[in-house]
Amino acid sequence: MSTVWDKKDLLGLENLSKDEIGLILATAESFKEVSSREIKKVPALRGRTVVNLFYEPSTRTRVSFEVAAKRLSADVINIATETSSVKKGETLIDTGKNIQALKADIIVMRHNYSGAAAMLARALEISVVNAGDGWHEHPTQALLDIFTLKEKLGRIQGLNVAIVGDIAHSRVARSNIWGLTKLGAKVTVCAPPMLIPVAIEEMGVNVSHDIDDVLKDADAVNVLRMQFERDGGQAFPEQLEYFKNFGITKERLSKLKKDIIIMHPGPLNRGIEISSEVADGKHSVILEQVTNGIAVRMAVLFLVAQGQDKSKKYETAD
Amino acid sequence: MRLLIKGGRVIDPANNLDIIADILAQDSKISRIAKNIRAEADKVIDAKGMIVMPGIIDMHVHLREPGREDKETVATATKAALKGGITTVLAMPNTYPAIDSPENIESLKRIIKKSACANVLIAAAITKGRLGKELTDIQACKQHGASAITDDGASVDSGVLFAGALKKAKAGKLLVICHSEDKKISNNGVVNQGLISTRLGLRGIPRASEYKRVQRDIDLAKKTGARVHIAHLSCKESVDIIAAAKKKGIQVTAETAPHYFALTEDALLDYDTNMKMNPPLRSQQDLEAIKQGLKNGIIDVIASDHAPHTENEKDIEFDRAEFGVIGLETELAAGITELIDAGLLSWLELAGKMCLNPARILEINKGTLSAGADADITVISPDKGWQVEKSGFVSKSRNSPFLGRKLKGVVEYTIYEGRIAYKA
Repeated sequence: MSTVWDKKDLLGLENLSKDEIGLILATAESFKEVSSREIKKVPALRGRTVVNLFYEPSTRTRVSFEVAAKRLSADVINIATETSSVKKGETLIDTGKNIQALKADIIVMRHNYSGAAAMLARALEISVVNAGDGWHEHPTQALLDIFTLKEKLGRIQGLNVAIVGDIAHSRVARSNIWGLTKLGAKVTVCAPPMLIPVAIEEMGVNVSHDIDDVLKDADAVNVLRMQFERDGGQAFPEQLEYFKNFGITKERLSKLKKDIIIMHPGPLNRGIEISSEVADGKHSVILEQVTNGIAVRMAVLFLVAQGQDKSKKYETAD
Repeated sequence: MRLLIKGGRVIDPANNLDIIADILAQDSKISRIAKNIRAEADKVIDAKGMIVMPGIIDMHVHLREPGREDKETVATATKAALKGGITTVLAMPNTYPAIDSPENIESLKRIIKKSACANVLIAAAITKGRLGKELTDIQACKQHGASAITDDGASVDSGVLFAGALKKAKAGKLLVICHSEDKKISNNGVVNQGLISTRLGLRGIPRASEYKRVQRDIDLAKKTGARVHIAHLSCKESVDIIAAAKKKGIQVTAETAPHYFALTEDALLDYDTNMKMNPPLRSQQDLEAIKQGLKNGIIDVIASDHAPHTENEKDIEFDRAEFGVIGLETELAAGITELIDAGLLSWLELAGKMCLNPARILEINKGTLSAGADADITVISPDKGWQVEKSGFVSKSRNSPFLGRKLKGVVEYTIYEGRIAYKA
């Protein structure tokens, strides 16, 4: 592949080219094998320090990044910060500069505010990997979703992929939309009208409120986690009604004429957006997504470290 | 004291004057305009190749004093104003404490007397503490020198209470300035609602939060006969509503700020908090409507909505950053660059929006170069380009949406009450 990775950060998929996404996926493919070895480790990031800076509670993404960094032989430090203390405590940029002063190489950040990763990346010379910022983007989740799809179906180009659930407040949805459309998939978002954000069609997707109609043509469905407590619950449908109208159930899938892949970024709300039978059934690739997440995050950490080295070299060349 | 400004291109919209001429000012008043004035003067300015227009009157400025002197003070804001060619500012009442009583007006007047280097007019609050609950003593505020009333930054949500304020303002012949926003519709949004808010994952502010309240405010103005001025128009629908109201003969004037004709929501794509203000930057279509509104006279006034904030309040996550941008030192250049250079407005029209119309709305003897008017004059090199940089600001704050942009037009002299108060 002729594409060269020269970015020190991974902030989202919106600003990546098709080839850059392809490079991450190809790199992930070569790293996937490492996790099946007896000694699950390569020295690619030996001597480097990765800091997981999490402003929101997260177990799976944080652990996945930690495992990925350790399999690359990096040293990992985890910092979990309660969002409420941000108001009194030091600013995000100060925190970042302190981590940089400790000579860490990569910050993996989860933050409850959209744009926080971009702001941090601008202020620092070390790499920033966005592990989810507000409603904005969660690029590694989308990359692992796409990686899994490609592994299962051999391609992304021309696939019909549906994203179902709270699109309005979902960073997973936005990153998937950018990634999938850049790679040539047809994307449909499906939810009650109140959970579809304004002007989303202009991001190149179809909008539907009829899940059965969407499933009919879909090669794969990404089922988003529903968070009914958001906004005091005002802008949300009633849980049982949602399950009835949009829940992914065995009955719905049994009506389909072709095979379908069911994905979910986790953690699952069984019986709310997805039935247990489907989550554990033959269509589900949910646990494979978790496994692939390691390979994808190894690839991302490896590439941004390279990108950082390159940008430093350019600076000294000037 | 006699000041003679020689050979400039004199722009005076009150007299529809656009000629090469000399201006003589004597003892803080304009004495006369003529070609080749031969008079003894204490000071002579050679204004060849320059624009000579009335001092700018910016009727939407946050001085931050009293209460937030870390952001700005009367001294620093008026100094910044002079650098921007502005000789009169109308101070908004959202200070700490709010300017909501004769006592607070008097104490602000003492600060102004001590430290202002340009003319500062005072807008008092409509309700106590700007909380929208209880009316201030509007008549007393007027007697103590308030030029207008406004709850600035907030709209009086209760229609009954606001109508009561308008009736009192009408009786007291006082201007009411409306921050027209229904915060229930804004719903804690931080950027314009649309594709950009969706892409950025930020909460959107629908246009309706502005124009529905503009409509209400105009309806109540019609009902009560009060004189209202709608602040900082940002969207097309608001312009249309003002146009319809003016056609019906309702007493309403309207204002916009340079960022609404110079920038769109696209400027937000990298979460630049210096692009965060309320109302938010809107779409290209809105920007065009604002420009057309300026062109066809629907929008009477350009004002900065100068809103200084410290770096600590801006250099944080977008959602947490304060709303508002500074504008005193860039508004004239933004107008020259985006309106005159773009061929949309003539110099006479721009001076109308920035000098004459605000003076008429505020009923002051300024905004014109007529003999006998206050000798507040701005002398500008219209073709000089400059780059907006943090280090260049006189204001205490640096939160400009024009940082890094190249603008045209440099203020060479600002004359306030017949004296050179600023020189480039």
